[in-house]
Amino acid sequence: MAEIRLEGVAKSFGTFAAVKGVDFTVDHGVFFVILGPSGCGKTTTLRMTAGLELPTAGRILLDGEDVTGLPASARDIAFVFQLFALYPHMNVRQNIGFPLKCQNYKRAEIRRSVEETAKLLRIDHLLDRRVGGLSGGDRQRVALGRAIVRRPKAFLMDEPLGALDSEFRRLMCAELRELHDRIDATTVYITHDQLEAMAMADRIAIMNQGRVEQIGTPQEIYDRPRTMFVADFIGAPSMSFLGARASLQRGDRSIEIDGVPVEMPEIFEDRAEGKFALGVRPENVSFADASRLRGRVIGAEYLGTTQIVTVTTGSGQIKARLPSGKAVHVGETVGLALRPDRLSLFDAVSGQALPSALYAGGQHG
Amino acid sequence: MAEVALLDVSKSYGAVEAVRNLSLSIANGEFVVLLGPTGAGKTTTLRLIAGLERPDRGNVLIQGRVVTEEVPAERDVAFVFQQYSLYPHLTVYDNLAFPLRSPARRMNEQLVRRRIQQVAELLHIEQKLGNRATALSGGEMQRVAIGRALVREPAVYLMDEPLSSLDAKLRAELRLELKRIQRELGTTILYVTHDQIEAMTMADRIGVMKEGLLVQLGTPREIYERPDNAYVASRLGTPAINLIPAELLARDAMPPNVRTVGLRTEHIRIAAVDRPGPIAQVRWVEHLGDQNHVHLKLASHSLVTLADPAQELKAGDQVSLEFDDPLYFDQAGNRVAAGELRRHA
Repeated sequence: MAEIRLEGVAKSFGTFAAVKGVDFTVDHGVFFVILGPSGCGKTTTLRMTAGLELPTAGRILLDGEDVTGLPASARDIAFVFQLFALYPHMNVRQNIGFPLKCQNYKRAEIRRSVEETAKLLRIDHLLDRRVGGLSGGDRQRVALGRAIVRRPKAFLMDEPLGALDSEFRRLMCAELRELHDRIDATTVYITHDQLEAMAMADRIAIMNQGRVEQIGTPQEIYDRPRTMFVADFIGAPSMSFLGARASLQRGDRSIEIDGVPVEMPEIFEDRAEGKFALGVRPENVSFADASRLRGRVIGAEYLGTTQIVTVTTGSGQIKARLPSGKAVHVGETVGLALRPDRLSLFDAVSGQALPSALYAGGQHG
Repeated sequence: MAEVALLDVSKSYGAVEAVRNLSLSIANGEFVVLLGPTGAGKTTTLRLIAGLERPDRGNVLIQGRVVTEEVPAERDVAFVFQQYSLYPHLTVYDNLAFPLRSPARRMNEQLVRRRIQQVAELLHIEQKLGNRATALSGGEMQRVAIGRALVREPAVYLMDEPLSSLDAKLRAELRLELKRIQRELGTTILYVTHDQIEAMTMADRIGVMKEGLLVQLGTPREIYERPDNAYVASRLGTPAINLIPAELLARDAMPPNVRTVGLRTEHIRIAAVDRPGPIAQVRWVEHLGDQNHVHLKLASHSLVTLADPAQELKAGDQVSLEFDDPLYFDQAGNRVAAGELRRHA
């Protein structure tokens, strides 16, 4: 069993606060992904969890035991780094077997574990090769193999697939996830790749400037972002925001954009006059001739199945994902329809989502 | 005039033929993207143009001049690598200034300053100019590396997956920026990637490579809609094209020599089970945010297609499949045009 818990964990380097009080619990068996832009503190958070950095505040618990002050070697967890560090003078077999050799496993046992691991990672044909001549992908697999071979309680992974090409990456995503399930591990995984996060995670934590912005399942994070940062960071292309000045009352189901009332999920809070941002994802925008909400097409990016059309309105730019068969002309004026039940409304100043029927639905589901 | 041309170029490393009989001509101001998996020969092609490798056979021309025998410094190219290589002891400013201050160029400092300012703004690193290169995040380092190429104005920029180490948001931003810069300045870029979105959105023409060969060269739309063969078809599209044996589907609607049918998500309609058409079973629906993939089982074959948000599907459901203008491939994997047949129908 392994449950990882961080309580108010913070880390400063000199005057720079890399992590500013992070709380989360990773339950046993969960594949937990920390996602965020470079510099958001995700790697520092992971390194503290591993015992490679000492927090300046807060506690780290492994299965309820406070390990905050314990060195990495005293925690039964394996760390897979972004930049693979292999022993160049050893072959693949020796590299993978190294952690077992250090723990004085019997030779036959090492052999069996190494071969099993290599087969799992599809590098069994490379076992007797030197690591120097391997491709980047194979080196990464060897590094993974070295982490897996020990069968630790928990894996901490820092962008382990960052250096791989996309096809192999997708394959490894699936393999890693399957591996995680099979050995009943607890995994904390760091990436800046949202597709990777969406495909692999049970739960995702989105970090920004040293803080956790939101924790939830991939679908929650995508459909019900709690902040504009999350809404903007997730999704390719990201959510579009239309600005509005309004005052709101509990029970309101629409907001005026460019003087046109736009239907949205019921709002659960009274708000005095202020600036708001209506967030809409590209797949929830369509063209509707009759709509009074109008804009001018300023660009279309062809993606094969679909195209991303950028439309400028009086309240901001909006991106629509449309079938690529639809003829779209730059410069034309179009009517826009937004799918009402999928809209988020944010306080444009604080960036926080307003409580609404959309978010309430999430809590029950 | 072609800015860069490769004439029947080959390059082997020992027994491995990295690039085979490659001919490619890039026009002035054109953005060409080479797409392919690891080992397809994309990077070797760039290195041959840069002069970092010498071809075994064939010639490299830059602005009409044969440069095959020239060293990299004599060729008017700028290279951006996948892994940023900055001078760690220098500031961002000095890293960017480095190529301009080389003895061969000797640009005056005022001009250097102006150029750096421009490029730094373009890449959103103007606040970091005084920082040491080592005090940057990975994303910032890569932007400085791109900036170091952009400060120069060479005949051609050669870029080897310059965005692959950045987060998705930054990557999308820089993708648009790079395309904008290229259009505005009329620069010529040969860009290597395995990211199909980068290829589709930035390229004037995409060259699809496989095992050292240039398999097809064309506009993104040509490559996507009229792939020469199943390999090219499988390089583009998310989810990837489904390649299904022809005998599983109604043959009467197909040209006679079809062996494989290529079904992209836009070719597949999921209908109620009582409709005519092959019956498939929903295995699971994968939520990837903007894309929800439906995994289907058709006989012993797996199909993946996009879920229509309005359609409620769950694991175990039986559905009927209808097809719209799929792609057809013969035994060798080459595409068979269906146009004739449709006109008669």
